[in-house]
Amino acid sequence: MSDILSLINANSVKQTIKQGKRQDNRAFDQIRDLEIKTSVLSSADGSAWVKLGNTEVVAGIKFAIGTPYPDSPDEGSMSLNLELTGISSPDFSTGPPQIDALEYGRVADRAIRSAKCIDFKKLAIVPGEKVLILFIDCVAINADGNLIDATELAALAAIKNAKIPKLNENNELISKEYSDNKIELLNIPISFTFEKIEDKIIIDPTENEEYASDARFSIGLVNDTIVSCQKSKGGVFSEDEIFTMIDLSVKKYKEFSKKIENID
Amino acid sequence: MSKRLDGRKNDELRPINIKLGVVKSAAGSCYLEWGKNTVVATVHGPRPIFPKHLSDSTKAVIDYRYRMAPFSVSERKSPVPGKRDKEISLVSGFALESAIMTEKFPNTVIDINALILSSNAGTRVAALTAASLACVDAGLPMRGILTAVSVGRANGEFLSDLTKEEEDAEDAVDTAIAVLMPQKEITLLQMDGFVNKEDWKKIISMGFIGVDKVYELQKKALLEKYPVNGDINE
Repeated sequence: MSDILSLINANSVKQTIKQGKRQDNRAFDQIRDLEIKTSVLSSADGSAWVKLGNTEVVAGIKFAIGTPYPDSPDEGSMSLNLELTGISSPDFSTGPPQIDALEYGRVADRAIRSAKCIDFKKLAIVPGEKVLILFIDCVAINADGNLIDATELAALAAIKNAKIPKLNENNELISKEYSDNKIELLNIPISFTFEKIEDKIIIDPTENEEYASDARFSIGLVNDTIVSCQKSKGGVFSEDEIFTMIDLSVKKYKEFSKKIENID
Repeated sequence: MSKRLDGRKNDELRPINIKLGVVKSAAGSCYLEWGKNTVVATVHGPRPIFPKHLSDSTKAVIDYRYRMAPFSVSERKSPVPGKRDKEISLVSGFALESAIMTEKFPNTVIDINALILSSNAGTRVAALTAASLACVDAGLPMRGILTAVSVGRANGEFLSDLTKEEEDAEDAVDTAIAVLMPQKEITLLQMDGFVNKEDWKKIISMGFIGVDKVYELQKKALLEKYPVNGDINE
């Protein structure tokens, strides 16, 4: 957003927050409506389209064959990437990956990775030599704040939706032919993102709220277990504020993990 | 009896050695050894920002770059910064922004560089600890000093200042925390692992204790270069 417009929007958000309200009339601890659709793309091995309010993120899975990392020779691996292109916001331009996209993608990646929800041993083909690599590519279709959580949910839904491809006798992928195996999610990590505006803390920010905020905090949860977190932006949090956000996330967890459980 | 490989107590930090003003061409600089980590941090600016459209009319832009030298890790690392370096630079830069009174220098940039010459876990907190002192050395107006430490869990024990071996434990919880001192406000908090809230609370408390220890060493290093009478907090 151009400078002056974003300043005006940020100021109006701050005024509203000071009055104890949000521009879309949500409570401070209220997350926007979430809709998850899977199998939305025929070209991907798994896919999901997530709508979190007006924020929309599509995740597509592609399997590839590669060599394992030396420190985990009998395990496959995953790679999560988020792209913010010009289609989703007037603020994003084409070109090299932007630092925001890189951070959002890495925070979402960390929630999924450290939850240990994928048994990577099952993705080994020839231990020490050949493994399956799970490429999770996410693209923002419409950016209206909280791309971290939308990306994490889209990626997780796409993983759950993915079909593992068949291999030929040389252990190469057969295009568009799938085995009956799916990736079993051993647990369900959910990401929750907060912003601090005028010393108030809100969950699931819109884009305008992000412009107005001083500090951001994201947390990855599995039930009441913490698997990842990230504090960002130039503001600060107290220890109490951190644990208040954790407690609220724990309360919200079930509602969102159920939505992932119910898709296929 | 300590269960740690290097014989440290669970809440004991590795030896820290700090020297200010080591890079003559920089406005401020700091050399820091923290266990087997070695860091040099420098500050240049505030100075005009180019290209101009990156400027902010309300405050100075903090351009923090955390980099690892190719020889700082066991297998040579490409000098091209990877995703990890960029993400650490971004969030650490935000932490520095909370410590520096950037509003005093609108339309400028303050370049802060931290180079890891040798590494063994905890480099991002070592780099931030050094960078914050380099800012003080440069005479930048500060709200406080940034002090950082890594804390977590390995092999069932809650630990301060984890080594590489401890970070690789099966049950490892790795938390990097940076605190604005003496206000004790959290400016950086990154974590991955698998831990319940009560245990993580213990880990965070250990972080605040660790930060107190590092803060004392930071003050000592500052007093060595800038002797003052009375309480440095005033």
